[in-house]
Amino acid sequence: MDSSGPSFSGYLRADGRKGIRNAVLVAYLVECAHHVARRIVTACDDPAVQLVGFPGCYPNTYAAGMMEAIATHSNVGGVLIVSLGCEGFDRGSLAAKVAASGRPVETLVIQEAGGTLATIAAGVAAAKRIRAAAAQVRRVPMALSDLVVGTICGGSDGTSGITANPAVGRCFDALVAAGATCIFEETGELIGCEQVMASRAITPELGEAIEASVAKAVWYYTTLGYGSFAPGNADGGLTTQEEKSLGAYSKSGASPISGLIRPGEQAPGAGLYLMDVVPDGEVRFGFPNISDNAEIVEMIASGCHVILFTTGRGSVVGSAISPVIKVCANPETYARLAGDMDIDAGRVLLGQATLDGVGGEILDKVIAVASGEESRSEALGHQEFILTYKQFEASGPTCMPLAAHRSNA
Amino acid sequence: MGSPQAEEGRGAFLLLDPADNVLICTRDAAEGDTVAIDGIRVRLSQPIRLGHKIARQALRTGEKVLRYGAPIGSMTADAAIAEHVHSHNLASDYIPAHGRGGDIEGANI
Repeated sequence: MDSSGPSFSGYLRADGRKGIRNAVLVAYLVECAHHVARRIVTACDDPAVQLVGFPGCYPNTYAAGMMEAIATHSNVGGVLIVSLGCEGFDRGSLAAKVAASGRPVETLVIQEAGGTLATIAAGVAAAKRIRAAAAQVRRVPMALSDLVVGTICGGSDGTSGITANPAVGRCFDALVAAGATCIFEETGELIGCEQVMASRAITPELGEAIEASVAKAVWYYTTLGYGSFAPGNADGGLTTQEEKSLGAYSKSGASPISGLIRPGEQAPGAGLYLMDVVPDGEVRFGFPNISDNAEIVEMIASGCHVILFTTGRGSVVGSAISPVIKVCANPETYARLAGDMDIDAGRVLLGQATLDGVGGEILDKVIAVASGEESRSEALGHQEFILTYKQFEASGPTCMPLAAHRSNA
Repeated sequence: MGSPQAEEGRGAFLLLDPADNVLICTRDAAEGDTVAIDGIRVRLSQPIRLGHKIARQALRTGEKVLRYGAPIGSMTADAAIAEHVHSHNLASDYIPAHGRGGDIEGANI
């Protein structure tokens, strides 16, 4: 651990990673178990007991991997699995992975436990047991170099690329300099930025992989008929995908790009990583990310402790597992939605703040939230979660030069 | 960030990069407001909302539009100096944008 810089208290996990929260997840494995799982969470009435799940009955390698990554996330202290009984999800494998990570885990199968009421009653008791066991975890000092931070923009407008996004870029530069791991996305929202991103890659081969990932996104979205561009983006003054992209791109700051990671993969070390969220192979299962929370879940599955969410039009979402910090780009939106926003970056447009100053405010907020302060969305009870079908191939060695270097050494 | 443009009226506009041929509205402007663009005083022929773009110079159909010093698409119609630049006269060189209800707007692809 870095001995200089800010330090806060983390939850030490068996694999050596440290968490800033100690959530107990109640995970349903098919929509048919969703209601029972939700009732268990509602009855517990504890912000640390959180609902996650997967709706589909057909098995999917990506979804199984995402659930394993989430269930063993450093912010998670234990898991209650709620299965209907006949769905395709391999509940035994998930439970075994969680148990192997040293976390308390229990599984309830509704068809065996006596139906809705009996499973809810058993589930509430189980969640409380898991919560008590999770509370025994050791607290240890944690530094910025232990943090994984992701960034996303949602509800972008013409101000996003001038205020909130470059301010997050300043914060990312400071975090990377302090030895943290930072993740930005998504390739479909970086169309038009591929050449400049490639020039920042730490190897030429990684640069080629980044350009290929954006070309894949162009092909994928063109096949579907829509770019990652919502009507509200145009209302706010953005006209084209590449205009939105260039504004979004500034969230990445100026650090070298150390790798291209897939959802659920863990970054091999400190530095800045681009997440490729567009599926591989033929277009199937629909849009790469049907809404912002799908991308947030993917960054959390890759280890993010905190998400920096920039918004111009005004998103209000949070997330299960990891706190979401809202950075508002537009001063008019901030005036309307101040209760949902953590940072008022629109002051840059009013001459009341600088990008460097707001970048520093965001860094201070990351440290405060990592130290236990609730972000606005967290305090308001936002715990959105969405996971759908996708298909990925494994990343090649060119995507992770640092990991390749280490494994060759 | 570029320096704000001088103006008369409430509106304000920002040049993000010296190479850009559009300015970004940083404070709502009313029709008839006067904007000083590179020393030329121009009256706005329509109101411009925060976050929207106006032409820094006359733009011709097919011309690349530059913001942050980088291309954000090509003009699909001519625009006079200080005219609103948006989906009615600018389209992507990559992928179409879509409106509410799923209608596809033009792209130069």
